Amino acid sequence: MSMNKKLVDMINQIARNTAIQGDERAIAATADHVRKFWDPRMRAGLMAHLADGGAGLDDIARAASMKLAASNAPEVHNAD
Amino acid sequence: MLIKETDYGTPASVSKELVTLTIDGSEVTVPAGTSIMRAAMEAGTEIPKLCASDMLESFGSCRMCLVEIEGRNGTPASCTTPVSPGLVVKTQTQRVKDIRRGVMELYISDHPLDCLTCAANGDCELQDMAGAVGLRDVRYGYDGANHVFDTQANLPNTNFLSKDTSNPYFTYDPSKCIVCNRCVRACEEVQGTFALTITGRGFDSRVSAGMSESFLASECVSCGACVQACPTATLSENSLIETGQPEHSKVTTCAYCGVGCAFKAEMRGEEVVRMVPYKDGKANRGHSCVKGRFAYGYATHKERILKPMVRESINDPWRETTWDEAIGRVASEFKRIQNQYGKGSVGGITSSRCTNEDVFLVQKLIRQGFGVNNVDTCARVCHSPTGYGLKTTFGESAGTQDFDSVEHSDVILVIGANPTDGHPVFGSRMKKRLRQGARLIVVDPRRIDLVKSPHVSADYHLALKPGTNVAIMTSMAHVILSEGLENTDFIKSRCDVAAFEEWRAFVMRDRNSPEAMEAYTGVPADEVRAAARLFATGGNGAIYYGLGVTEHSQGSTTVMALANLAMATGNIGRPGVGVNPLRGQNNVQGSCDMGSFPHELPGYRHISDVATRTLFEADWNCTLNPEPGLRIPNMLDAAVEGSFRALYIQGEDILQSDPDTHHVASGLAAMECVVIQDLFLNETANYAHVFLPGSTFLEKDGTFTNAERRIQPVRKVMSPINGYGDWEITQLIAREVGLDWNYQTPIEIMDEIARLTPTFTGVTYDKLERLGSIQWPCNEEHPEGFPVMHVENFTRGLGLFMMTDYIPTDERTGPRFPLILTTGRILSQYNVGAQTRRTDNVVWHEEDRLEIHPHDAEQRGVNDGDWVTVRSRSGETALRALLTDRVAPGVVYTTFHHPMTQANVVTTDHSDWATNCPEYKVTAVQVSPSNGPTDYQEEYSDFAEKSRRIVAVDAAE
Ligand code: SF4
Ligand code: SF4
Ligand code: SF4
Ligand code: FES
Repeated sequence: MSMNKKLVDMINQIARNTAIQGDERAIAATADHVRKFWDPRMRAGLMAHLADGGAGLDDIARAASMKLAASNAPEVHNAD
Repeated sequence: MLIKETDYGTPASVSKELVTLTIDGSEVTVPAGTSIMRAAMEAGTEIPKLCASDMLESFGSCRMCLVEIEGRNGTPASCTTPVSPGLVVKTQTQRVKDIRRGVMELYISDHPLDCLTCAANGDCELQDMAGAVGLRDVRYGYDGANHVFDTQANLPNTNFLSKDTSNPYFTYDPSKCIVCNRCVRACEEVQGTFALTITGRGFDSRVSAGMSESFLASECVSCGACVQACPTATLSENSLIETGQPEHSKVTTCAYCGVGCAFKAEMRGEEVVRMVPYKDGKANRGHSCVKGRFAYGYATHKERILKPMVRESINDPWRETTWDEAIGRVASEFKRIQNQYGKGSVGGITSSRCTNEDVFLVQKLIRQGFGVNNVDTCARVCHSPTGYGLKTTFGESAGTQDFDSVEHSDVILVIGANPTDGHPVFGSRMKKRLRQGARLIVVDPRRIDLVKSPHVSADYHLALKPGTNVAIMTSMAHVILSEGLENTDFIKSRCDVAAFEEWRAFVMRDRNSPEAMEAYTGVPADEVRAAARLFATGGNGAIYYGLGVTEHSQGSTTVMALANLAMATGNIGRPGVGVNPLRGQNNVQGSCDMGSFPHELPGYRHISDVATRTLFEADWNCTLNPEPGLRIPNMLDAAVEGSFRALYIQGEDILQSDPDTHHVASGLAAMECVVIQDLFLNETANYAHVFLPGSTFLEKDGTFTNAERRIQPVRKVMSPINGYGDWEITQLIAREVGLDWNYQTPIEIMDEIARLTPTFTGVTYDKLERLGSIQWPCNEEHPEGFPVMHVENFTRGLGLFMMTDYIPTDERTGPRFPLILTTGRILSQYNVGAQTRRTDNVVWHEEDRLEIHPHDAEQRGVNDGDWVTVRSRSGETALRALLTDRVAPGVVYTTFHHPMTQANVVTTDHSDWATNCPEYKVTAVQVSPSNGPTDYQEEYSDFAEKSRRIVAVDAAE
């Protein structure tokens, strides 16, 4: 669906622009960027998409999403 | 009271050496190189003058300023004679008195004696000088040759020239001209346009625009510098001619662009007679452009909305109502929507055109009143990458210099900016430095005026393909490092060396060489090499950039690449260097400083930071949401998807200014309560439910912060005809939703800002009154502000080099969309044009045109002036073509000042990876001939017309 597609495009773009730093740092930078700049409902959307298999996520973006999912599932109190 | 700056007659000397002389019996000490005229004035003696002004280099033509010097023959002109040690000068002797009176008599004998009915009456230097020299009679009659009367002895007077009223804002009346040359010099020295000349010699000499054209037809850009310089009524503002001389004035700040010119608003009662650039204004130094000086008529335009309005649905006509009902509606709707759809379903957009105080209150209302961080600003769509990029590399989200700094630059790199159109007064100051010999590198797909204009030409114009800024900047760094031109001392002492080494290894890769990048950029490698060498070795190197850098999918990366380049060459931390964003709107810097971003509290502190949140929570007596909110594009996405339902927009027109119009429209249409606070029914208001009439900068107190971080006062010169200043309207909403706000004046708001923002700690209205303006940071360490940043250390400590990998945008050309569309602006119009279109500035720009290279046009059978459609993956629009080789083959260009153009129907929703700043500057399009506007344009203008219907208040209600 289009909202998810947009989120996937956005995180992939962040991942591509941090990739030059090497995988490990790029994954951390991408996860950190999303944590810092995305509203909770967007992060929740990304988590849901990841849980659904995360179609379309590039490697770094996928790893960053998994890192976010592991760190603590973001509270969804904005969209309740 | 009318504010009058002292005119010292000649510019100040910058010499450090001091010289002492005696003038009229008193000792005076001044810098070497000062004129006798200026030295006298500094000591309090005004020597008569007509052709001199301290805005201009001395000229020495009028012979009014003669003095006698002991031991020297003759009577030298004091404006052209520099001081020297031990001189003994007499400014008033019988000899000079006689000469001055004789000269004056000659002037007056060829000047109309209609002082009583003259527009300059009471403000005429010729009148003043006649008084000063004691002129009592004129022995020559008007029977001889003169320039004053249209007939002579019943025959047409061939020396007479009639008035030129072609310019909508000022009139040239040659019969009053004393040929002092001040206008010509103002146009050259201050404005740098060289539109005026003196034709003929002696008695036949006349001021002439262009090649004896009318002002409007000439190169004149209507900056008004000549009008200001003219000592007589020859060049006068039409508003002055119509209204009469002003009686009081207040200093205020232009509300158009990020230069932030200071003006004297010269008034008669509550009527503006004219706006005169303020000589003590540190951003503009007494100059201005056509917008600030002349285009203020929108404030009283008949289409301005003065009463609040509401409607149930966007298909209904508007209904005028009371403030109570309108404010009540906003509060109850926002509450209802939050109850129904969740807290996060509402948000706000702050305006970069409003004052710091206005903006601060909107973000406070959203955070404190609605408990969310869904607040963003239109700076999102222009300079958000600047904040991100400079914060990452230097540690502060702002440009590094003041505008005066350009006077010390030796090499100027201009990338993605068009200063002479977008930031005209700074453009003039830059051109002045270039005429003095500074070198110039322009990086821009289009041949902007700076590349070749009178007495200025770029050493290198790197006409790159749109979207390849990162490639070109990284390859310039490659040249500098591979040729050993970097500033090792600076890097070692000021920067994070490990990050530098990593960056160096990255930059040195072959694929970053100009030869390898040529395939993407289209710029010959040897030109890039030469430009890089010049920048690294030419002395003080300064970088100026604009929206052509930020509005790309790699906008933030380019900003970091510019920062890398400045650090690698040691061009940071002193006058003449630095990385300088040229901001679009007047208060872009301020709106960002004031916490308009959804992840940041005022002062660029992340919302997740507990200490900062605690500070605000204690002051505001509330609990703040610790999560970042939605940015504008995310709000629109969320609206379409269903979780975002209400938006309070202060002074912005996102439907016209934001990309991918169809997407913006569907987002707005999905909302249940859109509140617009603005001067006019703008395009976004077509989708609004409540309209709150806003106020102009003439009607409220406050501050703007310009592109040099300069906080400048905005002063109320008339009562708001809509009833309230913008900050008061926001306060009404806040009180209605139950917040205990009691600001009596914006002073209290600034006190709160200072209390909560470390970079503003020392800012008060009293201090602004005293100093005129303050460049933040202003705190204990820098009590009077800080012109040049990062002098000893970067704000973040060590400068951080960032690897800037070039990643081509997803927006690619191909067989269906073979051309690249890029967008920009022109001098006479401003942003979406809502204000400037409602002034006489339209004479310079009636419509937006599509610039296309003759080669591309020919292939498509398009002639100059033909209607064409421009189609992209997002949509299509039609406008008329303008054939020009300013754009390269393969590139087309347009402005977006008129709503009918709908240029943003075509732009896509690609955006900067870090900030979501939209990629306006690169859209793949096809251009084909057409017969006129598209169906969508026609439908839209019907719709717009319908949604602007207003039903007046019923008196019985
Ligand atoms: S208005 Fe400005 S550009 Fe035009 S002639 Fe006067 S100084 Fe030159
Ligand atoms: S137009 Fe005014 S400024 Fe220009 S030469 Fe004539 S009197 Fe002087
Ligand atoms: S628009 Fe900009 S350059 Fe023109 S007067 Fe206003 S602040 Fe100055
Ligand atoms: S003012 Fe000195 S010659 Fe005119």
